[in-house]
Amino acid sequence: MRSPLLAAPPPKPVPRFFLRRLADSEHWLSRLLLTPAIVYIALLVGFPFLLSIYYSVSDATVASQQIHFVGLENFNRIMASQTFWTSLKNTVLITAISQFFVIVLANVLAVALIADFRGKWLVRFLILLPWVAPISLSSIGWLWIFDSIYSIINWTARAIGIFGPNYWPIWLGEPTLAMTSIIIVQVWRMLPLATIVILAGLSSIPQDIHDAAAVDGAGFWLHLFTITLPLVAPIAIVALLFGIVFTVTDLIVVFVLTRGGPYDTTQVLTSWAYFTGIQGGDLAGGAAISLFMLPVLVAVSILFLRYARRAEVA
Amino acid sequence: MKTAPASVRGSARAGARGAILLFFVTFLAFPFYWMLITTFKTTRDLYNTANNPYLFHDPPTLDHLQVLFSSTQYMQWLANTAFVGVIVVAITLVLAVPAGYALARMRGSSAQNLGIAIFLTYLVPPTILFIPFSRIISNLGLQDSLWSLVLVYPSFTVPFCTWLLMGFFKAIPRDLEDAAMVDGLSRLGAFLKVVIPISTAGILTAVIFAFTLVIQEFVYGVTFITSSASYTVSVGVPTFLVRGDVYFWGSMMAACLIVSLPVAIVYNLFVDRFVVGFTVGAVK
Repeated sequence: MRSPLLAAPPPKPVPRFFLRRLADSEHWLSRLLLTPAIVYIALLVGFPFLLSIYYSVSDATVASQQIHFVGLENFNRIMASQTFWTSLKNTVLITAISQFFVIVLANVLAVALIADFRGKWLVRFLILLPWVAPISLSSIGWLWIFDSIYSIINWTARAIGIFGPNYWPIWLGEPTLAMTSIIIVQVWRMLPLATIVILAGLSSIPQDIHDAAAVDGAGFWLHLFTITLPLVAPIAIVALLFGIVFTVTDLIVVFVLTRGGPYDTTQVLTSWAYFTGIQGGDLAGGAAISLFMLPVLVAVSILFLRYARRAEVA
Repeated sequence: MKTAPASVRGSARAGARGAILLFFVTFLAFPFYWMLITTFKTTRDLYNTANNPYLFHDPPTLDHLQVLFSSTQYMQWLANTAFVGVIVVAITLVLAVPAGYALARMRGSSAQNLGIAIFLTYLVPPTILFIPFSRIISNLGLQDSLWSLVLVYPSFTVPFCTWLLMGFFKAIPRDLEDAAMVDGLSRLGAFLKVVIPISTAGILTAVIFAFTLVIQEFVYGVTFITSSASYTVSVGVPTFLVRGDVYFWGSMMAACLIVSLPVAIVYNLFVDRFVVGFTVGAVK
């Protein structure tokens, strides 16, 4: 039996005309081409994002499909927990300290890299490695470097006399050292991106400006601090914004190195949200914890927007 | 300094640069160098604290590589990663190429705002979304399935690649399409038959970045996947090989290097385009 659809008369020329018009109309075509991407993003970023806000004021758990509105109860509950405040403090500390070092070191490294020299591509390749290698895998490299018995840092420091014969720090076993280790890895991971972005900013400064300064007799340091760095500052800020977002929202480094230990002293918001929401099954609590990252993300987005506007005008 | 001749100052500066670069290269590349050494050392040599760890006291060995490939699921994880990567790249291109083109060709500030809005969704982190997603994925029956990753990964590859491709398409002059339309092609036809063929470099860049983002992803993988046979490589190595009391350091370091190095080499070829995308095209 033929389906009614096939039995229908052949399509009239009107739809073809319509399609032709659609394929030609810039207005409708661009909307048609954009819609699939926007729908996908709305469904897979927008919807779960709203759901996360809803979970944070509900009693959602892994075990139950029933969800009820509970107001701010989750927030009261997590804010009564000492570990939450430790996580918040650690997130701020790790981000602030690591990004301070990243911006300072990235400027030094970028200035050193701006001139041409032999083997530059190899140096650049080696410098970029931490950023391009999957961080969950390179963190394992650091786990081995920080190993309690076979730490290469300790062996080297003892061999060259920095550590005495009785000093053998257990990097990941003691709270302050564990935090230091996490900060070192975060600096290590984010430094390449900041460097390469700042380097691109340095190369985009017109040669005329450097020449004019040279004619005026500016020495290296004066030139650096009054001309080069101020001109590169707007781009350095972009590098900093991304660095902040990627560090605040990172779960991997803490997860691989310490799992929040020893005794939850190195938990950050993301890891505490994971252990509460996913491993503990308390979806509502986990969502509430992770939403404490939101103010940072909103602030960074606003700054980024302002910067993008300015770049557009320039 | 004032009295020093220019050549002395120049060589002093070159020396300072050399010292700075040596310091940074050591800091940034050392973990990979250390992985390389560990990969080829015998276990006996690795665990003898009396030995100088920088030197080989036993001849280099391939034992760790053999263990990795024959006694672990590493090959399976690599295959899983490739499977997810290929499908995610395909989905990404289908969505991001048209969207990037549309954003590049739309006039007015609304297009610019829309472009930035799409890019900003790239900043909404998996570490906020993974909790609602864990419920969504289980309701869809995709728990412990690679298809959960195929579904979710485009949520970060599409915004990023749309933004990247928008920049590429903007660099292609409109005149090309107008000429093609005079020759009788529709605007859509001009896009498909004229713009896409000359944009292969841009599309290839998007492919590389989408694929590397998939290889690097960890948070969703560790949340959705529970059985070791379905891990991707960036989740399988840190969660499965680390568990238990015995650390197979040699095999683990090999597992990390084998994935990191090819990704790093390919990525390096495209990193400048990545920077242009990141800085809103302010540096070219």
